[in-house]
Amino acid sequence: MPRKVSLFVPCFVDQLQPQVAVDTVKVLRRLGCEVDFPEDQTCCGQPAFNSGFWDEARPCAERFLRVFRDAENIVCPSGSCTTMVRVFYPELLSHLDRSGEKKSGAQHDEAVALGRRTFELSEFLVKQLGVTDVGAVFPHTVTYHASCHGLRELKLREEPIKLLRAVKGLTFVDMLRSDECCGFGGTFATKFEAISAAMGEQKANSVAVTGAEYVTAIDPSCLMHVQGIMGKKNARAKTIHLAGILASES
Amino acid sequence: MSTFATRPTPAGATPSAETAAQKFLRDAAEKSADLVHREIIRKNMESYDAAHQRGRARFKDWEAARRRCQQIKREAINHLDRYLLQFEERVIARGGHVFWAATGDEACAYIRDLAVGRGVKTVVKSKSMVTEEMHLASALEEQGIRVWETDLGEFIVQLRNEAPYHIVTPAMHLNRQQIRDLFREKLGEDIADADPQKLVALARRKLREAFFAAEMGISGANFIVADAGAVAISTNEGNGRLSTSLPRIHVAVTGIEKVIPRLVDLATLWPTLATSGTGQPITTYSTLVGGPRKPGEADGPEEFHVVLLDNGRSNLLGNVEEREVLHCIRCGACLNICPVYRNIGGHTYNTTYPGPIGSVLTPHLRGSEFQHLSYASSLCGACTSVCPVNINLHHHLLHNRRDFTAAGGIKSSERGQFRLWKKAMLNPRLYALGGWMMRRSLRVVYGLGLAGSIFDPMRAWNRKRTPMPMPKSSFRKLWRKGLNKE
Repeated sequence: MPRKVSLFVPCFVDQLQPQVAVDTVKVLRRLGCEVDFPEDQTCCGQPAFNSGFWDEARPCAERFLRVFRDAENIVCPSGSCTTMVRVFYPELLSHLDRSGEKKSGAQHDEAVALGRRTFELSEFLVKQLGVTDVGAVFPHTVTYHASCHGLRELKLREEPIKLLRAVKGLTFVDMLRSDECCGFGGTFATKFEAISAAMGEQKANSVAVTGAEYVTAIDPSCLMHVQGIMGKKNARAKTIHLAGILASES
Repeated sequence: MSTFATRPTPAGATPSAETAAQKFLRDAAEKSADLVHREIIRKNMESYDAAHQRGRARFKDWEAARRRCQQIKREAINHLDRYLLQFEERVIARGGHVFWAATGDEACAYIRDLAVGRGVKTVVKSKSMVTEEMHLASALEEQGIRVWETDLGEFIVQLRNEAPYHIVTPAMHLNRQQIRDLFREKLGEDIADADPQKLVALARRKLREAFFAAEMGISGANFIVADAGAVAISTNEGNGRLSTSLPRIHVAVTGIEKVIPRLVDLATLWPTLATSGTGQPITTYSTLVGGPRKPGEADGPEEFHVVLLDNGRSNLLGNVEEREVLHCIRCGACLNICPVYRNIGGHTYNTTYPGPIGSVLTPHLRGSEFQHLSYASSLCGACTSVCPVNINLHHHLLHNRRDFTAAGGIKSSERGQFRLWKKAMLNPRLYALGGWMMRRSLRVVYGLGLAGSIFDPMRAWNRKRTPMPMPKSSFRKLWRKGLNKE
């Protein structure tokens, strides 16, 4: 099943959590994929889009379409950034006519087509490659936080858990309210610091109750936030991105 | 495109007065750190969650029920003119009166004049959010009319001189000890053990007196049915029936968006509303009121009035993209599941409609002063996943943000930041340089132990979180340095 994969590395992964992308490359190569990283990529535009600056986000989306035009499969270690491309690009790149009716155009159609070739990592492995055992070994107890965009926009509920359950040595523990938001929410985390932190605390408590050594997720941004909150609480558990577990071999 | 009206500053407000956004931030910080509040809400929401889950399981196909409700409401809203006129015609034919109110003030004036003209001294109200929206109770009280809220939760918050905390369960934020203390103070009777049954019995006794004294009953409407010309009211306490049948005059007040085409539509809407609201298969008392008492009938009011309120709703009707917000049947499911609501509680919103639906709706009804609510969401989408009429709530928050930004409503500093950001994102070299500078400078700040201090550009992040370790190399650098060739 050799497949050509173009990596879509979210900007904050590129800059702040490069290991997540390194691990993604490792897993994909182990499964025989030919991995390419289009170096012209920057940000998908989500921060601007979510803040209401659609005019600033739009050129980022147009740029993304150009950079990945020829990609066969686009794989991203983030459910949120995949959502931006698949769910929100078609909306961002269509226009409203005077009656407020949404009109699609050539760019919209291109975005829809690109969205069909863009996959979150666990989605690509399970649904496209048909793999659940990626040959990983991770002898630890792990619990899973279901990130909102992956769960509710991409409808990825079972895929990451199937992958985790197939990892050798890994003990999976369910988390209560695993589908409750961790409170990150992009600029929400700083604009509404107190609410975000309160939500994060409750997520950290849910993690603590499981007794797991690690909490994992498909979204590095959630983990960044949960790690920061758990750090303040001197929690025992650590965060690790799903790619990190899948890349582990001993 | 934007439908956001800018409200004039209310007379007497000084420029230095706290804005709604500032107050929200302050109250949110206080409430989300209040662990007693957190515990009460968590407990209530957990029992709701369980009931809601059981309720949905009773449906053969819950998703099909949601789609059906969505269809019904879409049909009604897209042909609002026709169905409202049909409703009006039927009500009048049966001897009722219909008043069309463009604003809350107009609606209040009509009801006030009616009450004063008929010599009304006491009014009993069953639960209605729309009368909260137009501040009807205070408009009547100013005329010396005694107004009794007869829904138990509403009665409790009325005694506390508070707005409802929640659109379905107005006193959700109180435990029974707090209610015992309130009753002791306001009703002069002490239920020492705070036994819920005894507390309810006390309220019931007081309310019965009001029911028998009242000359006017005011109700809301869960639905108004066009083909039947009837008002549908769901309550769990029977207070709706007493309010609409005992007093001489019944006034039903409703938003124009509550109309549905056919009586048979209730077959889907009633159970879906009840399940979403409380997890019940159907609300205990489902009442249909169609007009005044006819000769030979045993009960019912002598006069029946319906007040149809617009109050900004037609702005939304004219906005094709946002119109579906008017599909809302006010079940409260989006409030219950919302992690923001669960943390900050209903009062922090400082709006008639709190929670996700309120955050979407209020800026349209009350202007850009409430636009911060569109941002006070992590966009997790839990609300959308439970909405019984499939309103895409969290996407509408994004639309609100877009329209607010396009209308120039955002701080110029943020606007400037995003312009700069765009320049960098369109130029990979500038982007890489910016990223390197940020990591480099944060390493210095953190190295000096200044994380979270005023010297920390990331302090809004680091005050509540431990700083992220700053890697030396970006992924793109690692890629170029050899990862690409492996």
